[in-house]
Amino acid sequence: MEHIIPLFVVICLASAFLISILGIKFKFFTTIFPIIASAVLFILSVLALYLMNINGLMVYKIGGWIPPIGICMVLDGLSSFMLFTVNLVAFFIIIYSYNYVKKYTHRYKYYGLLFLMLAGMNGVIITGDLFNLFVYLEVAAVSSYALVAFGTGKQELEAAFKYMVMGTLASGLILLSIAITYSYTSTLNMADIGNVLSSKGVSPVVLFITALFMVGFGLKAALVPFHWWLPDAHPSAPAPISAMLSGVLIKALGVYAIIRIFYNIIGNNIYISKILLVMGTLSMIVGVVFAIGQYDFKRLLAYHSISQIGYVILGIGLATPLGIMGGLFHLFNHSIFKSLLFLNSGAVEHATGTRNLKEMGGLNKRMPITGNTSMIASMSIAGIPPFNGFWSKLIIIIACVQANEYIYGLFAVIGSVLTMASFMKVQKYAFLGKIEEKWKKVKEVPFGMKFSMIGLALVCVFGGLMLLPDISDFILKEASKAVLIGTDYVNQVLGSV
Amino acid sequence: MKEHKVKNNNKTAGMSIIVKTITRLTIGLILLYGIYILLHGHLTPGGGFAGGVIITLSFIHIMLAFGKDVAFQKLNKSWSKIFESTGALLFLTIAVLGFLGGSFFTNFMDKGEPFEFLSAGTIILSNIAIFLKVGAGLFLLFIMLVFFKIGGKK
Amino acid sequence: MTYFLSFILFSIGIYCILTKRNILKIIIGIAILDYAINLFFILIAYRTNGRSPILEKGSTIKRIVDPLPHAVVLTSIVIGLAVTALLVAIAIRIYEKYGTFDINEIKELKG
Repeated sequence: MEHIIPLFVVICLASAFLISILGIKFKFFTTIFPIIASAVLFILSVLALYLMNINGLMVYKIGGWIPPIGICMVLDGLSSFMLFTVNLVAFFIIIYSYNYVKKYTHRYKYYGLLFLMLAGMNGVIITGDLFNLFVYLEVAAVSSYALVAFGTGKQELEAAFKYMVMGTLASGLILLSIAITYSYTSTLNMADIGNVLSSKGVSPVVLFITALFMVGFGLKAALVPFHWWLPDAHPSAPAPISAMLSGVLIKALGVYAIIRIFYNIIGNNIYISKILLVMGTLSMIVGVVFAIGQYDFKRLLAYHSISQIGYVILGIGLATPLGIMGGLFHLFNHSIFKSLLFLNSGAVEHATGTRNLKEMGGLNKRMPITGNTSMIASMSIAGIPPFNGFWSKLIIIIACVQANEYIYGLFAVIGSVLTMASFMKVQKYAFLGKIEEKWKKVKEVPFGMKFSMIGLALVCVFGGLMLLPDISDFILKEASKAVLIGTDYVNQVLGSV
Repeated sequence: MKEHKVKNNNKTAGMSIIVKTITRLTIGLILLYGIYILLHGHLTPGGGFAGGVIITLSFIHIMLAFGKDVAFQKLNKSWSKIFESTGALLFLTIAVLGFLGGSFFTNFMDKGEPFEFLSAGTIILSNIAIFLKVGAGLFLLFIMLVFFKIGGKK
Repeated sequence: MTYFLSFILFSIGIYCILTKRNILKIIIGIAILDYAINLFFILIAYRTNGRSPILEKGSTIKRIVDPLPHAVVLTSIVIGLAVTALLVAIAIRIYEKYGTFDINEIKELKG
């Protein structure tokens, strides 16, 4: 049964190549086939959660070569949790795209690039070798550069160029630090690197590697000194691609890689946690302060992405069991409600043709489903009970107080209050109030878009149930245990081959 | 070595007559050299990527010397797209067939004696698949960059 | 000492990306950055008195250089080619829409 582990990458790649050759002639491949493929991936990810609970940590050797000579794939608590998040969000977004891409003519290119991006993200999460992680990271990143420029209008091309230059700089820094790591430890397998680093001790080379990895992956995850590419790149993409970029790409490429390298390979010490705490707090405050003055709907949502990733890094930087569980739960919640907000903005743009908040008004009467799901998502992100955003923010603030870091907890509360103010502004301008003359004839969006938005809103409402003892043992406790064991990951991987 | 006969309808397209004569002699040599590097990928340096680039260079050589109409008679756009996707699907099929031998991507074919031509299992098939993908992809890239007219049709 | 020179090449690449105003010069700076890192990888693999890592029939080898970074650099060159091709395609389309290659004039998104 362990042969399902490489299927995550194989199914995505096979769908991408089949769609790009057969999608020109047969219409089946651009309408129904992507939905079938992503449903299969979602079922496989739930199956992987079950397998991980029965067997513990599983190592799959590619080609029969034993690591550290060969490349291996590792499935532990954190990997299965991230796979579940990524495939769930991708399933809803592909159903939404069924209606949204009717305005483009080359639909097979869109689906081909989308499946390549999904293959890259799945590969980053599941691999156990450092250079293999770099290759999958580049596959996902280059596909996302092409997807941001998909509409080929003036603003999209400029945003894609700026995004590409920053992304290539980040990849160059990551490759340089992989080179220095290889020259110090003479192996590329992640578990073996941890073994060698723990036996050789701290030296200036390890400090240099840490700094380069922090800058490289911080650029990919949009932490605060490195965040300025995100408000230009994310609004210019088509709406389902913005949801995918903001919802899962910066998490799978940035935050997951930071957790894996700094907690399981290099080992945790007090300086790394302090740096992560400070960067997380800065992200929270800077993101919200810039978002208050925005009147473009998607640009406001992009600034809020920076702020919420700051919450996740704050939770992880605390390095206590409750803090890590809060951070990972907030990562899952943010994928759900940020994707829902971007899909809402796409529906509003599909119906009215504008993104400026000052021109909209009173859309709740003509588009009830969009308005109600947007209200649910806004209450989730602001942290109002009983939606799922409230539980994760509460756990992070309690963990701050428990660890005697009162100032960071105070900043978390201030950020939450400002987020609530910003989203009340969005609701007032866009959906409530009197309807204007020119919007009296808009219709509700088609069925596929409605299904995705209602599905994600249901997960928002019932997401708090993930904290019940049975379900949390199944999903969240395994994930936070996999982070907390630290360098014991090395012994588990090397001991089970 | 036989001379490569190409149709030359438009006498003013492409470069001067000296370049055209030399090109007729050298494209066969470049093609042969590229095929040699491709097929001996498991014995000497090179393999799929390097061999693919050299074989594509011979087609680009025709386009630079004779003009784009003659080059399109040899290899047109839809055949390039088919070659590219076929190469990718062939590579993935070889990887999935490795499941027969145990785990994903195993080398399941018969490995003969070392240093012979027909040894090392599936490596030679993988090299051919990579050559199809890289070669056709590079040729399509060149066509797209050459044909894009600013402000007009493609 | 030889590693120091490849770091100088790396910083020349970053200087080009940060200070030049023409889009094509930024693309050349990115290419210099990629090649500097590939060069650093190959320099790491050298062992003293080693020869190239190719085995032949019936020959005895004393010492070869490390063959793993050679495979890594092959993959990295292909990735650099793909990124350069996409950058050049986007630059051509920007020239068609904006009419200029100067990045100080391409400033529609701000705020």
